[in-house]
Order: sequence, then C-alpha cells, then structure tokens
Amino acid sequence: MALAKRIIPCLDVDQGRVVKGVNFVGIRDAGDPVEIARRYNEEGADEITFLDITASHEERDTTVHIVEQIAREVFIPLTVGGGIRSLQDIRAMLNAGADKVSINTAAIHEPELVRDAAARFGSQCIVVAIDVKRVSAPDDAPRYELFTHGGRKPTGIEAVGWATKMAALGAGELLLTSMDRDGTRDGFELVVTRAITDAVEIPVIASGGVGTLQHLADGVTEGGADAVLAASIFHFGEYTVGEAKAFMADQGITMRL
Amino acid sequence: MIQRVAVIDYGMGNLHSVASALEHAGATEVVVSNEHQAILDAERVVFPGVGGIRDCMEAIRRLGCDQLLDQVLNVDRKPVLAICVGMQALMSHSEENGGVACLDVLPGQVAFFGGAHQSGDGERLKVPHMGWNAVRPAIYHPLWRGIEPDTRFYFVHSYHVVPDSQAVIAGTFDYGLRGCAALAQENLFATQFHPEKSHTAGLTLLKNFLDWDGTCS
Repeated sequence: MALAKRIIPCLDVDQGRVVKGVNFVGIRDAGDPVEIARRYNEEGADEITFLDITASHEERDTTVHIVEQIAREVFIPLTVGGGIRSLQDIRAMLNAGADKVSINTAAIHEPELVRDAAARFGSQCIVVAIDVKRVSAPDDAPRYELFTHGGRKPTGIEAVGWATKMAALGAGELLLTSMDRDGTRDGFELVVTRAITDAVEIPVIASGGVGTLQHLADGVTEGGADAVLAASIFHFGEYTVGEAKAFMADQGITMRL
Repeated sequence: MIQRVAVIDYGMGNLHSVASALEHAGATEVVVSNEHQAILDAERVVFPGVGGIRDCMEAIRRLGCDQLLDQVLNVDRKPVLAICVGMQALMSHSEENGGVACLDVLPGQVAFFGGAHQSGDGERLKVPHMGWNAVRPAIYHPLWRGIEPDTRFYFVHSYHVVPDSQAVIAGTFDYGLRGCAALAQENLFATQFHPEKSHTAGLTLLKNFLDWDGTCS
C-alpha cells in the first residue's frame, strides 16, 4: 500500500459563482461553489481547490464567506488561492477554514513572502502556484517561463529554476499550470510537468488542459505528478470524480477508492 | 447525552475544521479555547496542532497548556485525542527547528523523513508526506471500531514520531519506512493523520472518540 495519487477538482470562482473559461476568457457559469464542493466531497475527491479568479479586495469578503461555508461541511483538505498578497491575507483564509493557501503573483513580486509564510504557518499550508508558457521555438530545446495575469504578461523567469527556488524557500507543494493548455482540453503539458517533478522534493500538482480521463492518468504516469487538478470535466457532469479515480486505478495508479 | 468536547486552542492556526468535524460526528457542544476552566469542564479533550514545533511548544508553555494536559490526562483521566503536531508535541524531543524539547508525555523522538527519501524498491518519495495513505491498526482499540485495515487517512507532515516503547504504537503507515500513524496509552490516543480532513474514515474515528470511555479494552 503506497501513498495514493490525488484528484483535485478546482473551483474557479468569480463574484461568488463557479466559472471556467478557455484560456481564462469566454467564461461559462457552472454554479454555486458550496453546492459543487459538496458534490465533489461526496464523489470522493481527495482535496478541493478554490481559486478566486478576480480577487479584487472588494470581493474578499464574499470569498471568505464561501470558504467558511465549504469548510463547515466538507471534511477533506481545502486549498484557497487568488489574490493572496500578504501574511494577513493568508491568515484570513486559514481562519476562514482553508487548510492550504496558494500564492501566485505575490511570490514573483516578493519571494520572501513564501519564506515568511512557511515560517509562520508551516510549509504544509503554503502552495506556490506557477503559471507557465513554452517560450522556445518548436524545434528548440524546451524552455518554459512564468506568466502572470492569466497568461497574458511575461516575466522572463525560467520555470524549473523558479520551482526549485520556491521549494528552497519553504513551499510545501507546487501547483503547476500550463497557460498554453488551460481550458483547451488537449491534456497536460507533460514536458514541463516532468521537468519540475524531477527537480523538486516536494509534491507537484499538474493543472491545465484536462479533457479526458486518460489526460489525468498521463499527468501521473508520464508527468510524474503527485496530484492532478481539473475543473471543467467535472463541473458539467461529463465525468464524476469516482469515475476518474476508477479509470486511473485501472491503469495501475494507486488511488483512494 | 451531552457530549461536551474541548479543543485546546494555543493560537497555532485554524481549529474550525476540527470543531466542525467533531460537531458533524455528534458532539453536542464543542469549546475551542485556552481557558483552563472551560477545558476542565469538558468530558473529553482534543489537542491539535499545526505549524513549526518551536512556535507550538513556546505557545503551549506560555499558556500553561502543559500543566493543563497533565491535569486532564493524569489527574482527571479524561479521554484525550492528540492530532498531528499535537501528537509530536507529546514526545520527548523533536529534530525540527534545530531541535526542540517537547512534553515527554510519551518518551521518544520526532525525526525528519530525510532528504532523498526513498521507498524499499528505490522509488523517490516526496517530503512532506502529503496525501492519503493506508493505515494499519497495530492493536485492538475502541477508536478503530468500524475502520478496516488499510483504510486511507489524510497525512501532511515532514517529521514522524519514533516512540521508545513499541507498546504504544496503535497503527502504522508505510512511506519508505514503517511510520507511526497512531499511538495509544491509557486514556490518550494520538494520530499523525488528520481525522478532521479524512472524510468518512476520519468522521468514524472522531465518533469513536466521542463514544470512548478512555479505557483500552
């Protein structure tokens, strides 16, 4: 019996509603986050991730309220991300009932935030989200860099080196999203997933591009991910989390069934 | 019957999940507090913990939770459930944060999994040990009632406990080594995993704790 690989349904929440877009544009409404979280919990999700995709400060209260409601009735780990910029933001989300907080852009502007947060709250609750795009030409050696603002803004930061740096600063886990694949349903970007999982000692969650159950399995077997995250294939009732876990188990992957 | 449970809050993070899960498991009243009287008034006590051991131990001592635990465990002899860092704090000493003296309720060490951690067949294992791992009960205990061997519970930790006495090991997990998933001694039960985050299995264990009279038979 080994540690199970995890399936993490992701709720992208905008103004209190679960949405999912193609490359973060063309948003489609999928419903009430508390209701959806409850459904995933019943279906056997291993964790739930909640990303506040607009995350303006005015909407922070709405997010806190939803997180509180989910935490009251869902007894699996809950990660909250989107607009986390300070130790105070992290504390507010942990107090609302989040088990982990995902830091994205703020880690780029202020890497010390990751170190300080890990020292204050423990590495176990600090996830660093890394949004990457391939910047090398198709025939060249693959190079991936970090992008912000939903994949629109380049930073020039090389992805694998960044992942290693975040792990060294105290991140407990990495959430790796390919912005080339996000919303496309073409499958994970496996090259960068494998490069990062091989480079760090901490667990890596693969994200961005899941369209089939085979894509989830590939993230583990080919990408080397410890967990796989998906949104739209679960939201619109195409597959249940239980079906996804059974499929992966059939491929020889250790799952919690 | 009124089931009043106290969750000791020494200021190290969110305890709502523990409180909500206990309520869901059937507790009629859950008090989250560091007020000694409120804790002494409860029928049973949960000793949780997250974060670094040095800050935890500092807060435990500053708030007198060490004496409080001694009273609850050894004088009042109430059922106590320690969770994760709460369990680690019960040991003699932890390697974390450069070495920290702990409560010595259960003699033994808290050790790092180590860098380049591997399974028996050479597979690289990530640290923290994060996710759902199978737990194998090592003894009969009322808290395992209704929980099959190899049921998965949610773990998240980089350090693991190594008690001096094998007799206190109540359950194990495999992660490159045979680790202690749970310890038991008289009216004390401790888990490395998080029952409050372990879905149905965790709620079953919490319900068993609420039904437990504090004896091991």
